[in-house]
Amino acid sequence: MSTFLHYFSYPFVQYALIVGVLIALCSSLLGVTLVLKRFSFIGDGLSHVAFGALAIATVLQLTNEMLLILPITMATAILLLRTGQKAHIKGDASLAMLSVGALALGYLLMNVFSESANISGDVCSTLFGSTSILTLGTEDVWLCGIMSVIVILLFLMFYRQIFSVTFDEDFAAATGVRTNLYNLLIAVITAIVIVVAMNLVGSLLISALVIFPALSAMRIFKNFKAVILCSAVISVLAAALGIILSIMGPPIGSTIVAVNIGIFFVFSLIGRIKK
Amino acid sequence: MAQLICRDLTLGYEGKTVAEQIDFAVHKGDYLCIVGENGSGKSTLIKALLHLKKPLSGTITFGDGLTQKKIGYLPQQTVIQRDFPASVQEIVLSGCLSGLGPFYTKEQKARAQMNIEKMGIADLAKRCYRELSGGQQQRVLLARALCATRELLLLDEPVTGLDPKVTLEMYDLITLLNKEDGITVIMVSHDIGAAVQYADHILHVSRKPLFFGTTEDYLKTSIGSAFTKKGGERK
Repeated sequence: MSTFLHYFSYPFVQYALIVGVLIALCSSLLGVTLVLKRFSFIGDGLSHVAFGALAIATVLQLTNEMLLILPITMATAILLLRTGQKAHIKGDASLAMLSVGALALGYLLMNVFSESANISGDVCSTLFGSTSILTLGTEDVWLCGIMSVIVILLFLMFYRQIFSVTFDEDFAAATGVRTNLYNLLIAVITAIVIVVAMNLVGSLLISALVIFPALSAMRIFKNFKAVILCSAVISVLAAALGIILSIMGPPIGSTIVAVNIGIFFVFSLIGRIKK
Repeated sequence: MAQLICRDLTLGYEGKTVAEQIDFAVHKGDYLCIVGENGSGKSTLIKALLHLKKPLSGTITFGDGLTQKKIGYLPQQTVIQRDFPASVQEIVLSGCLSGLGPFYTKEQKARAQMNIEKMGIADLAKRCYRELSGGQQQRVLLARALCATRELLLLDEPVTGLDPKVTLEMYDLITLLNKEDGITVIMVSHDIGAAVQYADHILHVSRKPLFFGTTEDYLKTSIGSAFTKKGGERK
């Protein structure tokens, strides 16, 4: 136990915990809306696009990759949420296309142009997160902290509008809510969360952070506020537990997801029994 | 002065005309029923009234203190709502949308509570929306619409999927709001039998409006009597 506590004195472990908890909080807030709007898959698609953008940034040898990844992901998010509602089947297919397309091209670019000696290692850690979170610098922690605070503030400020737009877009528009603006806001927040979360769990596993806490909370709770609060708590606990467990060896991203899956099954069971 | 005047409206999608030459006016306290077959442009007309969709040509003017934001809209239910985790209270409150921040004001809460009681669903306030029956859900959405308006209710097929008894209750509730509270009602329906029974004005759309006027006059026309005969047999 004392060796375990000893780990917490290392700044990189502290950073990892702070970043992890913040990202988990943001993604869970957003997750409820995305799941209810039937946009679960958009998180997945966007993370693949973010991977493609990262590959381009690597090839161009940009010093700050975020500058390229964030705008590209945001633009894609806006495009997807715009078209997704109007043409459902088309939106579905275009998302799948975009998703695998970005993944394939990203890997191709990295393979052909990268000068790194360990390409498969690089790719693996971007896709699955691996140990990258334990190598975060102070700069990354600040960036992630600021973005998370922005996301949380936006969510609190527009909580009622987001509820209204999620539950009934036509009614919201009829009462004068500018639904397009809020859909845009949701798209932009989604993009930010995904790009930031890429550091934590890697681009293949992000949608787990978005979807699982929301779905677990919905097994038990039946009003919107409780679902949001519960999914935030689940997500934060799962992230913290995952990071702590990963100190003992297993990769961080998949450990967090595994904890989330476990919680989902427990909550499903409780939900069944309560009925 | 009329609350709502539509002049020579042409409605459609991407240049394709769905309905044209729509002319009508709604005055305070009216109960107008818009009838017509599926695809005759009823839904498009509603979207135009709510400013969700621009008419291809023609004008929609509001008057008598009414603005587009003051319309209480009862939409048709969507797939998303069927498994949405939200309490009755949360949904009714969402009709009072103004201001920022996660909380509603005291007045907004009082208004929501009043409308919940008016719709007779006070005992369901904490319940989950998706677990209610169809009729109860419609009452919740009606309470929400009332939070958004004191003037005019716009109801899109409010009795779709309800059983006959609940349908009657719903119609009675709407009539009560119209007669007692003086709220103007515009209802879209394909149940012409009910339309002539409850409404005092009828707009019959079928690509071109076939009729607009009082229910009494409607029954005298050939279209009116032709349709109500069919409707009469069903009843």
